[in-house]
Amino acid sequence: MNKHLLSINDLSRDEIESILTTAAKDFLELSKRDIKKVPTLRGRTVIDLFYEKSTRTSTSFELAGKRLSADVINVKAESSAVGKGESLKDTVLTLNAYNPDIIVIRHPHVGAPAFVARYTDAHVINAGDGKGGHPTQCLLDIFSLKQEYGELEGLKVAIVGDILHSRVARSNIAGFRKMGMEVTLVAPPSLLPRGVEALGADIAHGLDALADVDVVYLLRMQQERHADAGLMPSLREYIARYCVGRRHLGKGQRVLHPGPINRGVEIDAELADSPENLILQQVEAGLAVRMAIMYRIIVDAGADQAAAEGERDAAEAAEAGPEIKNIRAVG
Amino acid sequence: MAGNSIAATIARRGGKATLIISGARLLDPAQGLDTIADVTIEKGRITRIGKAAGADGESGAELIDADGCLLLPGFVDPHVHLRTPGREDEEDIASGTRAAAAGGYVTICAMPNTEPVVDNAAVLQSLIEQAESEAAVRVAFMGSISAGLAGERLSDIWDLADAGAVAFTDDGRPLADGGLLRAACQAARLVGLPLSLHCEDLPLSGGGQMNEGAVSAELGLAGIPCASETAAIAHDLQVAAYEEARVHVAHVSCAASLGSIEAAREAGAAVTCEATPHHLALSDEAVRGLDSNFKMNPPLRSEGDRRALVQALAAGTIDCVGSDHAPHADQEKEVPFEEAPFGVIGLETAFPVLYTDLVEAGELPLEVLVRAMSTNPAAAFGLPVPAIAEGGEASLCLVDTAEEFRIDPEDFQSKSRHTAFAGRMVRGRVLMTIAAGRVTHRLKDRAGS
Repeated sequence: MNKHLLSINDLSRDEIESILTTAAKDFLELSKRDIKKVPTLRGRTVIDLFYEKSTRTSTSFELAGKRLSADVINVKAESSAVGKGESLKDTVLTLNAYNPDIIVIRHPHVGAPAFVARYTDAHVINAGDGKGGHPTQCLLDIFSLKQEYGELEGLKVAIVGDILHSRVARSNIAGFRKMGMEVTLVAPPSLLPRGVEALGADIAHGLDALADVDVVYLLRMQQERHADAGLMPSLREYIARYCVGRRHLGKGQRVLHPGPINRGVEIDAELADSPENLILQQVEAGLAVRMAIMYRIIVDAGADQAAAEGERDAAEAAEAGPEIKNIRAVG
Repeated sequence: MAGNSIAATIARRGGKATLIISGARLLDPAQGLDTIADVTIEKGRITRIGKAAGADGESGAELIDADGCLLLPGFVDPHVHLRTPGREDEEDIASGTRAAAAGGYVTICAMPNTEPVVDNAAVLQSLIEQAESEAAVRVAFMGSISAGLAGERLSDIWDLADAGAVAFTDDGRPLADGGLLRAACQAARLVGLPLSLHCEDLPLSGGGQMNEGAVSAELGLAGIPCASETAAIAHDLQVAAYEEARVHVAHVSCAASLGSIEAAREAGAAVTCEATPHHLALSDEAVRGLDSNFKMNPPLRSEGDRRALVQALAAGTIDCVGSDHAPHADQEKEVPFEEAPFGVIGLETAFPVLYTDLVEAGELPLEVLVRAMSTNPAAAFGLPVPAIAEGGEASLCLVDTAEEFRIDPEDFQSKSRHTAFAGRMVRGRVLMTIAAGRVTHRLKDRAGS
């Protein structure tokens, strides 16, 4: 794993598989125990820096850090010096002075996690950057699909709804494709970013496209980002054409949604309460997957450092004399 | 009247009476000049092209050994933001014109989107006076089209013309009101001055952050479609042609915009236009790193657009290069991409970047680049035309095309460091600039002395 998790593109398919295996083997069952804590990150410091409102992502990261025994600090923009006009650069420089091991950042602007990474020595995890990406959501979605379907290669997924404003869609198109899935985007033209087909997804404009897929991935209608942009004639007309209910689903089709859901907008109430949706399994998966990410980002970095030191030692040894050259291979 | 004011806006400083630039290749395409010869400059005028009489060094003349270098007519920039008055922390007349001199420019056009806006003669007169004491190169000031850049009513266009404005523009903002554009065309026509137009359909740009296309879709940034520029250019040129106004289209960025410009010219309209070095050298792929040094308006377009701009420059459809030098304070640019303001600086990198990326790459003849950076913009705005000609004023720049160097923002004369070309290895370094007869830039350790 790289030093940071800024984008789903930072991970290879093998690295994703490995994180998911760690989540399934080591952390999923932990939540079912009486004592839900392991000492893995004891003495480590995790700062969750949230510039946007969030329930599931912030609680998930906080709990993941705490169950790994890390010291977790939550900084929310609305109750911090940000409200006093402090720039992101200065906030990060300040927090970096505590020598945190991990900074988890949620920010309304694309690229903020990479910006944070410039000013801190900590590992930076992107917990959602504007319309850019949401790599940990993508990993937990892949995890949920793997738990449900087993094999992902060739699985067909329709991502439905407000794709224009969705960081989840952007990460999931890339992540799902990386795992060998086929992705179709279903939305009216005004909710599809121009040029999105270049990401390797098929485009459809009506819910009839759901008949051809195995999985339906619904997105929240981000009405707060529409800002009266007039992206559709009316919400009523949108709901009449794009709100998904059980009647749209075929046998064995499952529904995912990153939450929070808008009942009666992108998902009807009956489907929201039906076992055909995996929404709560996604939340549960989120905790295990985020524990796995934090664990792996620290452990792999340690291993990399050890390997680098090993290589340096080997290089020095190699310089010292040819008779001990084979240490490099062992190291 | 405008010409007189322009002649005056440069600080008067002393210099050696006689300068001999020896052995350079003299290239002035507008004069049909391309030869290797000495150039003798006395009291700010070119007095001899050819074997210099005082080249033995005994006459007290300063001899510059320019063997292997290129001597060009000095550059003229139709599009510079000097941020003065109001944001002197970002750039002032002294720093901005030093940057211009370092880039080989002898005249620059300053945009009026300052605080206060240059929308009346009093503001303009004080700027001209300030330039007379501080400026290293000539500064031609543009007045605003609309009062306060509000796009509602005309600024004092005729008073501004009398005070020495060379053109009118609301650059930074489009004129949304066709009726106001028409009135501006009529007012400018009376005083014989051009309008420089920032053509953009703002609602169509829709709060976009970068070019709309595959890269914006992947990054999740809101896109600015080419249609917002192309549609506005078509609209504005129709109005200008109807009113027989002289117009200059600022920072053309899209392939689809070129057709409107050609069509307007074919219909007899007096249209000039510019492209910036960053639009000629970079595409929206450069935005992937989300570095705010690649955020400008219009945004970097697709590679296809970039190629079309270069071809249009080679073919003469685009006749000027304008840097759109737009300084910003560090704290404004050192933020996430979406929070950063549009704009990067360009005076000190324009020639080397274009020489390296276009001329050396075989995409553009050197002669075309020299005209587009010097003769053409001077003619478009009625400014003194730099020329390598006996008897003429010395407004020249001396360029080293042999040695490669690294663009280091720490070397800049500008107060701003925000360039899209930091770290680039380029050729075409400006060794010396002589503006209105005075040496205003001389690279240390080089160009003699």
